[in-house]
Amino acid sequence: MLSYAIRRLLIAIPTLFIVITVAFFMMRIAPGGPFDQERALPPEIEKNIKAAYDLDKPLIEQYAIYIGKLFQGDFGPSIKIRDFSVAELIMAGAPASMQLGLSAIAIALVFGVGFGTYAALRQNSAVDFAVMGVAMIGIAIPNFVMAPLLSLVFGLYLSILPTAGWGDGEIQYKILPIIALALPQIAYIARLTRGSMVEVLHSNYIRTARAKGLRETLVVNRHAIKGALLPVVSYLGPATAAVMTGSVVIESIFGVPGIGTYFIKAALNRDYPLVMGVVIVYAVMIIMLNFLVDMVYGLLDPKLKSR
Amino acid sequence: MMNKSEKTAMLEAAGAPAEIEGRSLWRDARIRLFRNKAAVGSMIILGIITLLAIFAPLLSPYAYDQIDWGYIQEGPNWENGHIFGTDGNGRDLFIRVLYGARVSLAVGLLATSVSLAIGVTYGAVAGYFGGKVDNIMMRFVDVLYSLPFMFFVIMLMVVFGRNIFLIFVALGAVEWLTMARIVRGQTLSLRRREFIEAAHATGVSNFKIIFRHIIPNVLGPVIVYMTLTIPQVILTESFLSFLGLGVQEPLTSWGVLISEGAKVIEASTWMLIYPALFLALTLFCFNFIGDGLRDALDPKDR
Repeated sequence: MLSYAIRRLLIAIPTLFIVITVAFFMMRIAPGGPFDQERALPPEIEKNIKAAYDLDKPLIEQYAIYIGKLFQGDFGPSIKIRDFSVAELIMAGAPASMQLGLSAIAIALVFGVGFGTYAALRQNSAVDFAVMGVAMIGIAIPNFVMAPLLSLVFGLYLSILPTAGWGDGEIQYKILPIIALALPQIAYIARLTRGSMVEVLHSNYIRTARAKGLRETLVVNRHAIKGALLPVVSYLGPATAAVMTGSVVIESIFGVPGIGTYFIKAALNRDYPLVMGVVIVYAVMIIMLNFLVDMVYGLLDPKLKSR
Repeated sequence: MMNKSEKTAMLEAAGAPAEIEGRSLWRDARIRLFRNKAAVGSMIILGIITLLAIFAPLLSPYAYDQIDWGYIQEGPNWENGHIFGTDGNGRDLFIRVLYGARVSLAVGLLATSVSLAIGVTYGAVAGYFGGKVDNIMMRFVDVLYSLPFMFFVIMLMVVFGRNIFLIFVALGAVEWLTMARIVRGQTLSLRRREFIEAAHATGVSNFKIIFRHIIPNVLGPVIVYMTLTIPQVILTESFLSFLGLGVQEPLTSWGVLISEGAKVIEASTWMLIYPALFLALTLFCFNFIGDGLRDALDPKDR
């Protein structure tokens, strides 16, 4: 188990490195630069500005400088948002993004597994069809449609929650964005759980457990759920990625001051350091959660434990 | 009580060659699929949406980029022919939704084909050769899996402009990973089977074995996953378009229409509702068909 953990960690390092490299060169090879304006700058001024950001050096050298600074924890200054370093901007935005993302995943897990198990235990009943029907709707309605609808219904028609904004981070501002992020994932996880639970409940070891005369709650809670959760756990990796990318849209719809909103703006403005910073933060979060998921998987799956 | 002649007739009938045709796996699957009401209904609805998209220009008196100055951002109205209303530029929403369907469906099919081609070949090669090759190839997939791919796609779109062909390629390049894993798993279990060994023994080349013998035998799960990839691609394209990175004006896609609608949702709900309805319906149908196919092709009764 320990060697497995170390191996997974070792894979994380080159992965992160690939992310940084690909993102760096992709941004730079693109036509256009941060100082393209309607009115061209006088050449000498442009030259000075570019020199200040090291943009006048050859690409490889810029890359080396960037990686070197990164090792010292320096993400560089933002080009477009003057007087702010990328680290400062990320520090300001990350808490909101993290809160939304992690709460959405936690909620999706709890409700998804709950609904899925409930439906599986009553397979082919009206409840089962109802839950799976609703889950299908959750999958078919993307979160960028759900978000404005939620905001319209709860914010405007019922006016029990704010339509958008963040306030000082009070809970009522967070409810709608979290729901919008979590809904599709609840739907996916519920379907996954139901599928694997149905399969597990028909397996031999469950039959044995029942034949022993174990109570149904024990059969489900102690024996079945462990096997049924395996596909759900391995889905958590992609789910994290989906929630993170989803948060880019959700943040801009609800006006959340998170790092997702920076990303698009920065990419459109060619604010290289800020784009890099946001990509790195997201990549680290995704890689870390993937690592955690792998560990949990190792604990749940006896076949992996022995390795 | 039966008399003797009846008995002999029965015996003869029993002895006669039974009129049972051998049913192939595919025929079996087809029968099971057509018994699935949700899947059949979905196919019909998808067929209708596809026909609407193909014959879009014939179905409305308005062109998709034609501005009707008399009706700017007005609600659905059967009398003036704007049955879904008009958008902020006075363009007919009905025809724009259908043109959006063209783009969304085309992107869905083409990007899925790209991902299919890459994923199936990659997975089959990895699974067939096994050992070290497999190990390296699948580690590579593992690494790609943990990349924040959507961010790369977003960057790609931002950086190289909104080229519709780029969307196909980018989305295809993102979606092939799971396909590769599925095919590889199937191939691993296939490659030790007798018919592959027989092909080997008769001197068929590896290339031919993979494309002639392995890939046709993994088609079942591939088709199922393909049907589930199409809605995912359509969704991703809408997501990109919603961010303003998809197709360009005056062309449109459901994502573009939804994002325009979301901005004016308080005043003109129809601008969000109609494209969203079409998008959701399409995703719904593809998912139901995928589920139906899985149940039909999977011998295990779920």
